[in-house]
Amino acid sequence: MADVAIAPRTGSPKPQIREATSWEQIKHNRNWLGFWFMLPAMAFLILFLAYPLGLGIWLSFTDAKIGRVGQFVGTENYEWLWDDAVFWLSIFNTVFYTLIASAFKFAIGLYLALLLNENLPFKAMLRAMVLIPFIVPTVLSALAFWWIFDSQFSIISWSLKHLGLITQNINFLGDTTWARICVIFANIWRGVPFVAITLLAGLQTVQPSLYEAATLDGASRWQMFRYITYPLLTPIIAVVMTFSVLFTFTDFQLIWAMTRGGPVNATHLMATLSYQRAIIAGQLGEGAAISSAMIPFLLAAIMVSWFGLQKRKWQQGENND
Amino acid sequence: MNGLTRRTLLQGGTALAAAGALTGPALFDFAKAWADTAPWKAESGAKLTVMRWKRFVPSEDDAFNAIVAAFSKATGTEMNVFSESFEDVQPKASVAANTGSGLDLAWGLHTLPQLFPTKVLKMNDVADYLGKKYGGWTDAAAKTCKLGDDWLGIPVANNGGYMTYRKSATDKAGFKEFPKDFPSFLEMCKALKANNTPAGFALGHATGDANGWLHWILWGHGAYTVDQNDRVVINSPETMKALEYCKALSETFIPGVASWNDSSNNKAYLAGELYCTLNGISIYVAAKTDPTKKELAEDTFHALHPIGPVGKPSELQLALPILAFNFTKYPNAAKAFIAFMLEKEQFEGWLQGAQGYLTQTLNAYENAPVWTEDPKNTVFSQAAKRTLPASGIGTVGEKAAQAIADFIVVDMFANYCTGTKDAKGSIAEAERQLKRIYR
Repeated sequence: MADVAIAPRTGSPKPQIREATSWEQIKHNRNWLGFWFMLPAMAFLILFLAYPLGLGIWLSFTDAKIGRVGQFVGTENYEWLWDDAVFWLSIFNTVFYTLIASAFKFAIGLYLALLLNENLPFKAMLRAMVLIPFIVPTVLSALAFWWIFDSQFSIISWSLKHLGLITQNINFLGDTTWARICVIFANIWRGVPFVAITLLAGLQTVQPSLYEAATLDGASRWQMFRYITYPLLTPIIAVVMTFSVLFTFTDFQLIWAMTRGGPVNATHLMATLSYQRAIIAGQLGEGAAISSAMIPFLLAAIMVSWFGLQKRKWQQGENND
Repeated sequence: MNGLTRRTLLQGGTALAAAGALTGPALFDFAKAWADTAPWKAESGAKLTVMRWKRFVPSEDDAFNAIVAAFSKATGTEMNVFSESFEDVQPKASVAANTGSGLDLAWGLHTLPQLFPTKVLKMNDVADYLGKKYGGWTDAAAKTCKLGDDWLGIPVANNGGYMTYRKSATDKAGFKEFPKDFPSFLEMCKALKANNTPAGFALGHATGDANGWLHWILWGHGAYTVDQNDRVVINSPETMKALEYCKALSETFIPGVASWNDSSNNKAYLAGELYCTLNGISIYVAAKTDPTKKELAEDTFHALHPIGPVGKPSELQLALPILAFNFTKYPNAAKAFIAFMLEKEQFEGWLQGAQGYLTQTLNAYENAPVWTEDPKNTVFSQAAKRTLPASGIGTVGEKAAQAIADFIVVDMFANYCTGTKDAKGSIAEAERQLKRIYR
């Protein structure tokens, strides 16, 4: 068998050293290797995030309808919306809804987090209970609120009537002011646990030694919160509030299940208006324009988060940038 | 998708037995005989996929399934029926029309066949056959489905909504007979409110109820969204009068109507808090079948809409047309199925199963047993005759359907009645939206 093994050596010309083809380079280069590993994630993001977003923006420049390809119409949809009172009302509603609900969620969430960070009896159980509103599917809680605020069967009106405090049902979802209060209340109820639990997690990372040192220096409770807890919590506040604002701004289910944007569009958010125009009335292009108009607002919220995260380096004692 | 199983067949059979129509073997025998003589012979090995709106009355669905099963057995056609909620029927049919696949038949709402006139199978022969045999089609039904001389679909039925009221309350308010014109209707609502037995009509985004009664008020005053040539004419003195009338009326309503959806008035009426509203027969059916609501059912009566200053009926009743796509491989089976559905032997039992929820569009069925066995049902037999097409006096089609889907008329009235906008502002907003749709 020996000659067989030797045969190729003697029978064929010496292997030549040649330049690696660019394909081989790409195949073996370490930097490219990183690219290959990123490829599935990238494909996923492009397919499910970038493509739909791009398609949405493209649709907003067409007169597409459901089941029909549209023609490019330039900024016609946006021009129309610019003079549309309902569209501006929905922007006002969305901003109003987001600001009020987020402020309350932050205040109540922080308060709850501080409370739960103390040594309370049944601490574990209480912490778990706070999460309940977050666990219930949004649509179910929205339906429950719909009944609670029903114009004829509201448990609140019923109770107050039986207590003799009012003589007529409160027109919760039929009065524009009341309807706004009700949907904001429901949103706060649902959003508080997320803020509270995340801030609680942040609180737990604060080293107890800092508080001990402050106590020795004679700091008051308020000073301890103001100069230790709050600064160390800032990065997490930035992140949690960004998420909270994003979720609130794009809220759909709660509104759709409770009011469908009514009464007289007083609770129409941009998301619900977009759905009504695009899916219910079939005007895909116009609906896409409404949802594309949300992008600047959402970008602004993300910028806040970006700068919030930047601050973190400085807080950990690294270079001030 | 739920294909037909033996179980659904059995259920269908029992429902029909209860309704006293052709059942079991008799229905199959008829189907067989019909298939042998019908003008349309189903292709051998035919398969039909049918989409319909999701039923509200279970026995209606049972009756429908029994018809499907009998047809399937008699002609050897494989039937695949599935249902979609009201909101989803049109988008899905549009996608099927656009892609040229997925569905053979679609049973939908309003003027569905007008949305894609080039994609549907012409039904002229079916319409002729049925029209001749059963006393002709009602005007609105024909308008809903016809483009020029062509039938784009077949108007299977209407879903009627009528005045539903508590006789004890209207009697006490001094109206032994339900008002027949707008001024006395307003007087009655005022009296009902004074007696603390209020009326209530939805001013929220209630697809069926709010659109139904507000178009009646609008049209009743001789005001329309567009004229015969589809020019937007909402900005008119008649609309102004309609707004004023509606505002006066809404001041007599039970609180909360601005938040109402399609189920709100049903709930409030059945709870005994609401004494007059506009609704399908479902309130009465629910009361009748609930032993604890016996008194309420006995006290409940139905009446036609009062006639407005325009001097003729101005109702908007939901049309339910069926269409077959022209890309179906089995056009004869599709036509045969539609014709078969509307034959007396099936259709009367089906109307029976629907308990008044469906109203015929073929005149001969006006004396069907469902309308005569309970006098309180009779009013609903008029729905297809007294309605205008969803477009009012304008052209039927997509634009009219879109104006309704976007609640343009509803929001106009709601804006004014709730005091959100003045009359001019409400009309201007509606006019602007209509002009975009009818550009």
